[in-house]
Formats: sequence, C-alpha cells, structure tokens
Amino acid sequence: MTLKTTPLNAAHRAMGAKMVDFGGWDMPVNYGSQIDEHHQVRNDCGMFDVCHMRVVDAKGDGVRAFLRTLLANNADKLTVPGKALYSAMLRPDGGVIDDLIIYFMTEQWFRIVVNAGTADKDIAWMKEQAATHAPNLSITSRDDLAMVAIQGPNARAKVWQVLPQTQAATEGLVNFQAADCGEYFVARTGYTGEDGFEVMLPKEKVEAFWYDLNKAGVKPIGLGARDTLRLEAGMNLYGQDMDETVGPLESGLAWTVDLQSERDFIGKAALLANPPGSKLVGLVLQDRGVLRGHQKIISAHGEGEITSGTFSPTLQKSIALARVPNAVNIGDAVQVEIRDKLLNAQVVKYPFARNGKGLI
Amino acid sequence: MSNPTDLKYTDSHEWVKTEADGSITIGITQHAQELLGDMVFVEAPAVGRTLSAKEECAVVESVKAAADVYAPVAGEVIAANAELDSAPEAINSDPYGAWIFRMKPDNAADVAALMDAEAYQAHVDSEAH
Repeated sequence: MTLKTTPLNAAHRAMGAKMVDFGGWDMPVNYGSQIDEHHQVRNDCGMFDVCHMRVVDAKGDGVRAFLRTLLANNADKLTVPGKALYSAMLRPDGGVIDDLIIYFMTEQWFRIVVNAGTADKDIAWMKEQAATHAPNLSITSRDDLAMVAIQGPNARAKVWQVLPQTQAATEGLVNFQAADCGEYFVARTGYTGEDGFEVMLPKEKVEAFWYDLNKAGVKPIGLGARDTLRLEAGMNLYGQDMDETVGPLESGLAWTVDLQSERDFIGKAALLANPPGSKLVGLVLQDRGVLRGHQKIISAHGEGEITSGTFSPTLQKSIALARVPNAVNIGDAVQVEIRDKLLNAQVVKYPFARNGKGLI
Repeated sequence: MSNPTDLKYTDSHEWVKTEADGSITIGITQHAQELLGDMVFVEAPAVGRTLSAKEECAVVESVKAAADVYAPVAGEVIAANAELDSAPEAINSDPYGAWIFRMKPDNAADVAALMDAEAYQAHVDSEAH
C-alpha cells in the first residue's frame, strides 16, 4: 500500500526526519532525539505537521442547532465569535466516533477539525445526520487546506514574526479562540499543554510557511514528542484512550458531556441508561520500568488496563492513563503487570505536566 | 557509524565482544539503538542466570517501544552493567561502549560462529527492504 503524504513530506526528509507509517500516512516520528524535541516545546517552541488532520466546514442556516444534536458537548457554550469547543461525537449507543474541536465563526459557519484516521468516517456520519436533521447545511471537507501547530511559550511570537499581517487580529485571542485572517486561519489551540497556535492555510503555501518558521528558529517536532507532550498534558488520543466501544464517561471526558441541559443529542439516552462502570485515571510508576498501553492493572477493587503509557521527559518517570473500576481513588496504590512482574504505581489526578512544569 | 570489525553480531542486533579471558560482553548495535530512539530503561539479566542461545534475557525500552535482548549463545551471566540503571541514554550515545551484560559461554565455538561485521551489515541491509 502506498502511504499518504502531506505537502511537507519533502521538507521533513530535508530536515533529517525519521519517517514512519502512522495510520497510513508517511509522517516524521522524530528529527533526531524525541526527548530533546519534547523539552524544546515545553521550554521554547516547536512546529508540528498536522496536515493529516482534516478541516471540515459546516455552513448554512441552523448550523448551531445541528451541532447541538450532533455533539455531546453543547455548542451553545460558544457565544463569542472564534471561540472553540472540544467535544466527542457519539454513536446512538454512546460509543465515541471521534473527538474534535469546533470553532464558532458566524451563525452560518462553524469550522470543525477532526482526527486523520477517522476523517472519512466522521464526514460520512456528519452528512448522514445532516440529511436527517438539517438538509440545507453544507458539510465540506477542506482538502485544500494544510495545518501546522506551533506550540510552546514562544510560539505565538514566532508566528507573528513570520506572519506579521495576522498579529493585530490574533494577539487578543484567548485560549481556545481563533481568528479568520483571510488565507490564514489562526487558532490558539493545540495538543501539547503549552501555549501556541494551530494555523490552517492553503496547501500550496504550507512548505514556505514551514521553512520561514524554521528560519525564525522554530524547530520541527515529530509525532513521538507529540505523543509524550499530549500524554503529559492529560489529553486523550482517539483509538487508544477511547473508541467506538467505550463511552466518553469511561474515558475521562465527562467534563465535555453536557447531561445537565434539556438539550437532546445523539448518544444521550444511552449515556443516561448506562452509568459508567469504569473511569480513566492517571498513573505514575514507582518502580523502574515503562508503562505501556494494554498492560493490566491490579487494584483492590478489581482489574483495569492502561490505555496510553510512556516515559515522561518532564517528570523523568513513567506515566499512563488507565481505565480502572469506579471505586479506585486518587492516591490509591495499584500494581501493573509488566512482562512477568508486578510493579507498583500510584493513582494520580492528571494532567501530569503543562506550561513547562510538572504537576505531580 | 560503521560496525566495529573486532566484534561479532547476531541477527537480533546484539553485538558480542570476546574478552581476553574468554568471557563475552554483549550490547545492542548502532542500528538497533537508532531504530528504538531515546533509551529510558534497561533491565539486565540476573548474574548467575543460565541462558540458552536466543533466549530472551534483557529488555531495553525507549520512549517509543520496548525491545527484548537475546542471549547470543548459551552460557552463564557473570555481570550486568549497573551504570545503565541511571544512564540508559549511554546506549544511544555510545552503543558499542554501553554494554548490557557479560556471559561465560558454554562453547567458544558458538561465539566464533556468529556473524562478522560484514555479514551483519548485509543482514541490516536485507531487513531494510
């Protein structure tokens, strides 16, 4: 099978990336040391090729009402133009189709950014639901757009250096807010637990943008560090921490699910009918070793499983997200089965690190 | 970096150095460390353990993945490199210096029969295709 490539493929190779097959995409895993790249983002700034993610525009009268039905989080929370909301999109049985971000631009236009591996499935689902609930809406996959994430304490200043024409419109953005600056759509969002922007721009301009950022001192960061950064920040990864077989309440996403308001949404009835039997918690390994996905957890209240695990470069310890029985509490001691040994870990409240600092 | 010609190699990417007393020192190759990336944890076999050839006996873990290390030949473990407990990254910076464990081989001939540097390089090249 031929791997899909982003418009930055040649640039990655020219910058010495080690390329890997990431869900059918030929992507950079690192450009040398993954740990150095991780610290680079926590301490300064770095840039990520996220062109494989998909931008979808939902346009037309009644788009807000449609999203109210489509998503577990409540689009009515968005009242200020540009504001963004993180939400799960659920099946009628409550399983998670994907997690995504919606940006409220106007009452006729919401922008949605979805995961790469689920994009086609997501768009098909959105169109199917729109046909039922909002036949006049247009749901458009913006295959003409590229996306680069610039993250770290110095990220915004670097973007302004390279795109000075966007500064006036973007320096007042609060966290989780975007501005449409013509060719450049600049959002103060990310997947690292650091400040920064995600910039959407025409595909044909992205290579020049990437090199301009690099000339301004922004280093490229691979998917390896992207994973350790997001895990330290306590952010879920679709396909690992949740998928169609588990609900958002078992996946640490209760804060994104609005069960309070009268509003009905796809999956709501199933969530109300099936209270969660397990929950997602953070783990810190106390013995020597590395926590990994699918390792078994043994607690006083029954067994659980790690959904994502890694070595945290910020904490210099191994950390994980794990799905455990509801009765397990923060501070509990649990054991993790690693190969033929039982190692000790502590249940902690995550995130593990954000804004350059460890939180554990 | 080319593979030192005074070492022997396995198809599972260990290097083997024969010491003056006939014992052998084992680590992982430049190619192996490059595939794994930044190393964060090494678990060496217990001293005194008897191993058969190709037996899983140690684990190296990078941020990215865990990988087994295999006994290149049959024999007994006589030492483990405790320095890697606190500095696993030495495997990245100096793969042919950062040894993982030492063995007393049952048969010196088993060691002599392992791949030389040239054969190992051909093996690495064949895996790349």
